[in-house]
Amino acid sequence: MVAEKLLSVEGLSVHYITEGGTARVLDHVGFSIRHGEIMGLVGESGCGKTSLARAILGVLPGNAEVVSGKILFKGSDLLRLAPSEAEESIRGRAISFVPQDPFTSFSPLFSIGEQIRTLMRWKSPDRKPGEKVYGSGRRKRDRERVMAMLQAVQLPDPEGLLKKYPHEVSGGQRQRLMIAMALLPEPRLVIADEPTTALDVTIQAQILKLLKRLITETGASVLFTTHDLGAAWEICDRITVMYAGQEAETAPVQSFFDRPAHPYTKKLLDSLPTENSPLIGIPGRVPSLLNPPAGCRFHPRCTSSTEICHHKQPDVTEMGYEHAVRCHHPIMGGGQ
Amino acid sequence: MNEDVILNVHQLQQYFPVRNEWGLRTGSLKALDGVSLQLVSGEVLGVVGESGCGKSTLGKTIVGIHRPTGGSIEFDGRPILALDRKQEKALRTRLQYCYQDPGASLDPRWTIGRSLEEPLIIHTNLSKAERLERVHDVLDAVGLPKAHLDLYPHEISGGQQRRIGIARVLMLRPNVIILDEPTSGLDVSVQATVLNLLADLRKAYDLAYLMISHDLAVVRKVSDRIAVMYLGRIVETGKTDDVFSHPAHPYTQSLLASAPRIGKERVTDHFWLEGEPPKPTDIPVACRFAPRCPKAQDICRKQDPVLRPIFDHQEAACHFPA
Repeated sequence: MVAEKLLSVEGLSVHYITEGGTARVLDHVGFSIRHGEIMGLVGESGCGKTSLARAILGVLPGNAEVVSGKILFKGSDLLRLAPSEAEESIRGRAISFVPQDPFTSFSPLFSIGEQIRTLMRWKSPDRKPGEKVYGSGRRKRDRERVMAMLQAVQLPDPEGLLKKYPHEVSGGQRQRLMIAMALLPEPRLVIADEPTTALDVTIQAQILKLLKRLITETGASVLFTTHDLGAAWEICDRITVMYAGQEAETAPVQSFFDRPAHPYTKKLLDSLPTENSPLIGIPGRVPSLLNPPAGCRFHPRCTSSTEICHHKQPDVTEMGYEHAVRCHHPIMGGGQ
Repeated sequence: MNEDVILNVHQLQQYFPVRNEWGLRTGSLKALDGVSLQLVSGEVLGVVGESGCGKSTLGKTIVGIHRPTGGSIEFDGRPILALDRKQEKALRTRLQYCYQDPGASLDPRWTIGRSLEEPLIIHTNLSKAERLERVHDVLDAVGLPKAHLDLYPHEISGGQQRRIGIARVLMLRPNVIILDEPTSGLDVSVQATVLNLLADLRKAYDLAYLMISHDLAVVRKVSDRIAVMYLGRIVETGKTDDVFSHPAHPYTQSLLASAPRIGKERVTDHFWLEGEPPKPTDIPVACRFAPRCPKAQDICRKQDPVLRPIFDHQEAACHFPA
């Protein structure tokens, strides 16, 4: 079931210019998302997963510089789109966003209803390109849409909720609202950046279940970034793991966990607390992106590194069915 | 298991006043409502629960950051709350609290060496040379080089900050350490090394841990026994393996069922618990879990269940335990 690609990132390099020098935050990243799939982007702090998500949304920080590469979305390169075009038809419309922190992502000064109305005014699927007036016909249709969506995300008393302020509702409910707001513009791609990190486990289970169901119903694709491999196991179809600004391995969810091919993936999985196996961490630390090691970026912490790993960057190689790895010495049996 | 009980908490109660706009007391936030637990020398007791269940308040009340509104705490056979200031201070050196976020709890303007030495200056009569020797010993035990003593907290990584936080509470050679979310905010590869360090230190220094965490996989990995909290009460307690393999309380069942287990059946396919915990200012009468419990009967809405034995040291506060 190799479906067509909705989004593909090709050779993307992004640098952040900082006081300490140039940080190579993304280095020739290749990555794709298909129609209707939930694509997991996992990795530890500072691996570049949030920067990749921001690059796709076109909201990189001011000191960022796109050095090379393309982000193809439905055939056109998002990096070469006019800013007005991106604002009008891509950001918040065709590609929407669920933030990590439902506590700081609402304005505390406006009621929830006012914030959703502002969203719909500019991002409703009903809005014609360039339309500035928010006429009564559209307001009426949008309100019905909103009520239906609040039902769909299982929020109690939608009428009452719209009059409330963000601090008056719980964290779980705020995240349900965020998901509702991300889906209201009927996007093709939802970027969910650690959407359950700030939530308790029972609430996380509810939210992941909801997200999975709504995505199946709407047919949208999701880019799900997380550092929580358990959450990725729950809802992702495929997973890419990043390390120090590069994708290390990409695989369907089952073979990612069963047959990791990259030594980093293997070590990451071995670090998870499980019932019967000893805990094995990864000695050393993630390299500085200001001055990443030559050759393979993981080699200083890798137990299977050899001479070649010290000076030559590995290319991405196909290991098995839809399984690709960036390593000179992938684990045998991995990916098969 | 009474022989070696080092920490005995009995019916601990911590009510915070709730006041209206005029500063008049209108009710209580019952953060802890009759919590009893015992910690045996050298063991690890994991306290799990979700935000607002009172697990952090429990740790802070035991260690004396809050004065409880009821109940008693015995440490090494002596009632802490009944002692005078001086005796209490001496006893408390052996009962230490390790803060959740060392990045925020270490003084940013102090070098790490100075932060580590401070407890020795306050609580002991050691000479400068002896203090330095102990600082070096402990730093070595947590696996950090001496060069770190001259650094400031922001100059080291999150995992190293955890190690310093742990080193700091080890300075006074405690018997019991209360660990508040010792691995929250750490990446898994670093988390694994911190958990291994805690296990090594427990053996080397003969420590008992009261480990407060929301991460069930971590608690399962390191605890001998666990206590599950919901809205200011312990609803189930027992040996870790027993509770994980046959949870008796419906809340424990839902909590365990909500944690993703890689390679196993997906939680999102069959998770059944609905709703969110009520506010601790508005606790349901009788059984606190009844409004969300699929097994709830009339009795659950009328009579408050108490912790009672179910199976070999496993206890649950439920009218219909599994």
